[in-house]
Amino acid sequence: MARFIIRRLLQMVGVVFVLSLLVFLWLRSLPGGTVSAILGERATPETRAALSKAFGLDQPVWVQYLKFLGRAAHGDFGVSTGVLPGSDAFQIFLSRFPATIELSVAALVIAVVVAIPLGYVSARRANSPLDSSLVVVSLIGVAVPVFFLAFILKYQLAVEHHVFPVSGRQDNLGCTRVTNFFVLDGLLTREFDCSASALKHLVLPSVALATIPFAVIYRITRASVLEVLGEDYVRTAESKGLTARVVRGRHVLRNALLPVVTTIGLQTGGLLAGAVLTEKVFNWGGIGNALAVAFERRDYAVLQVLILAAAGTYVVINLLVDISYAIIDPRVRTR
Amino acid sequence: MSPSNPMNRRKDRIDSLAASTGGATGTALLEAGSVDEKPGVSLIASAWQRLRRNPVFLIGLGITLVFVVLAVVSPFIAPHDPAAGLLIGQVRPQSNPVPGPQPGFPLGTDDVGRDLLSRLLVGSQQTLIVGVVATVFGLTGGLVLGILAGAFGGWVDALVMRVVDVLLSIPSLLLAFSIAAIAARPSQLTVIIAVAAVQVPIFARLLRGSMLSQRSSDHVLAARALGVNQRAIVFRHMVPNSLGPVIVQSTLVLATSIIDAAALSFLGLGNPDDRQPEWGQMLGRAQQYIYDYPHLAIYPAVCIIVVALGFTLMGESLREALDPKSRR
Repeated sequence: MARFIIRRLLQMVGVVFVLSLLVFLWLRSLPGGTVSAILGERATPETRAALSKAFGLDQPVWVQYLKFLGRAAHGDFGVSTGVLPGSDAFQIFLSRFPATIELSVAALVIAVVVAIPLGYVSARRANSPLDSSLVVVSLIGVAVPVFFLAFILKYQLAVEHHVFPVSGRQDNLGCTRVTNFFVLDGLLTREFDCSASALKHLVLPSVALATIPFAVIYRITRASVLEVLGEDYVRTAESKGLTARVVRGRHVLRNALLPVVTTIGLQTGGLLAGAVLTEKVFNWGGIGNALAVAFERRDYAVLQVLILAAAGTYVVINLLVDISYAIIDPRVRTR
Repeated sequence: MSPSNPMNRRKDRIDSLAASTGGATGTALLEAGSVDEKPGVSLIASAWQRLRRNPVFLIGLGITLVFVVLAVVSPFIAPHDPAAGLLIGQVRPQSNPVPGPQPGFPLGTDDVGRDLLSRLLVGSQQTLIVGVVATVFGLTGGLVLGILAGAFGGWVDALVMRVVDVLLSIPSLLLAFSIAAIAARPSQLTVIIAVAAVQVPIFARLLRGSMLSQRSSDHVLAARALGVNQRAIVFRHMVPNSLGPVIVQSTLVLATSIIDAAALSFLGLGNPDDRQPEWGQMLGRAQQYIYDYPHLAIYPAVCIIVVALGFTLMGESLREALDPKSRR
């Protein structure tokens, strides 16, 4: 097991390393560039050269990249030039990323908690009216643009009827910040009203974001349970006289959940991207907004950190999925 | 390649899709013949026989046909010119930014006085173009990479697939945002390219997986033994047999690219020139009036949802029909 994890970790480091090179080169091939974004097109060549030098952008790209790697190894990802000029890019990442993660985790929890039981029930009663209508709902879920659903929810439940807050992550309660995960912070500092407020703000955006993962996880669960229900070992277990509960828990669910776990891992990438859209609707202070501004102003430092962090998170989550997979299914380890 | 290293899950899924539909064609054909006791039923013929009776597929096909017909005839049936600000005289930025329904303008107009119904009808055209061209671009890129990797194997395969893996490790829509944001001047074409680029690694993996599983299959070995040259083997035997999963994926991509294009417009990365209406763009632009005049967003959104649903229904039932495992 340890060898399995180490091998996967090494492969992961390789992917992130190559990705950092690609992102670095690609950002520097963008038209415009940091200097034009700050000074505009009319600046004199002298001022442009001076600013270019100050940012180290006058050096060859490979020198810039090696310097970037060297500093990144010490946790220094450079200084923001556009989003919050002068502040540390890594600090911007630390203040923004928890918001996006909090939103994505909430959405994923909602999707999993709703989708797996429904998928199971659907498969047990395949082709019943309940099953058919759930399948239709899941198909529509994939076809609805995330941001449109977010708008509809916000319009109905926050603007028209004041059930939930309209935007933001928390009411202004003067809460203490520890990790920037607002729900967690409230629990850590025992400011429970802060947690409650953060949870209330989370409901609408996370429900909107949960639709696509819900639809996908529901359908995989349904298909997977259907397949397992037809297996010989389930029939054997039933004919042995095992109680329905044991058959369901030990034979059906445990085997059916393998592909579901994989699918959950795959959904995280889509969640991060969908979060960017949802964040805009609910004015959520996550990486979505920061990315948009950083692109516009060619803020290389912030872009590098955010893109690498998003891709890195995706890779790490899939590593966790692989490890959990290896725990559930011992055959994976030996391959 | 180990089947389950980090972030390989996604490609494993793509590979298994490739194996389930494409690679097994040869045996599936035999099976179909023996089960149906009608020898010589081809994969496509037997798939069609089942699809013909599948209501899900028929609904999807119906929606798609209506959409395509609409895209062709809409300029002739639209009551007004979609680009002409006919009621611009009624627009008051403060009191009446969006003129409402009135005789001749059943849905009212947009914020510059253009007939909404005409824009919705004619919008089907650009929407179809975005979907189809993005799919063709993504497919072409994926075909080239996938065929390179699948046909040559060895270091070409390794190199191509490492690039594909890294691309797959970036969340897809994030990749589209990044590519759209590069464009100095956004246009319909940059939107299409951004949306299509996301699909390239998926198609590449799909095709490569399917072709790889055929390299040692009987029909390819037979062709090789008969002295058929490599190019003919690749293009006459391997590629056509890999098309099943590619067709399924293309149908699904038609839906996602229309939705993704709408997302780009929503983020301000869409085509700024809106004389030619497109549903995603109309939806993305409606956000500034969404609380006061939600119908501006709801009409194009419903159009997108229905069309995306049509493509998805078609793709999913195709997947089922072409999958030899689901044959009975």
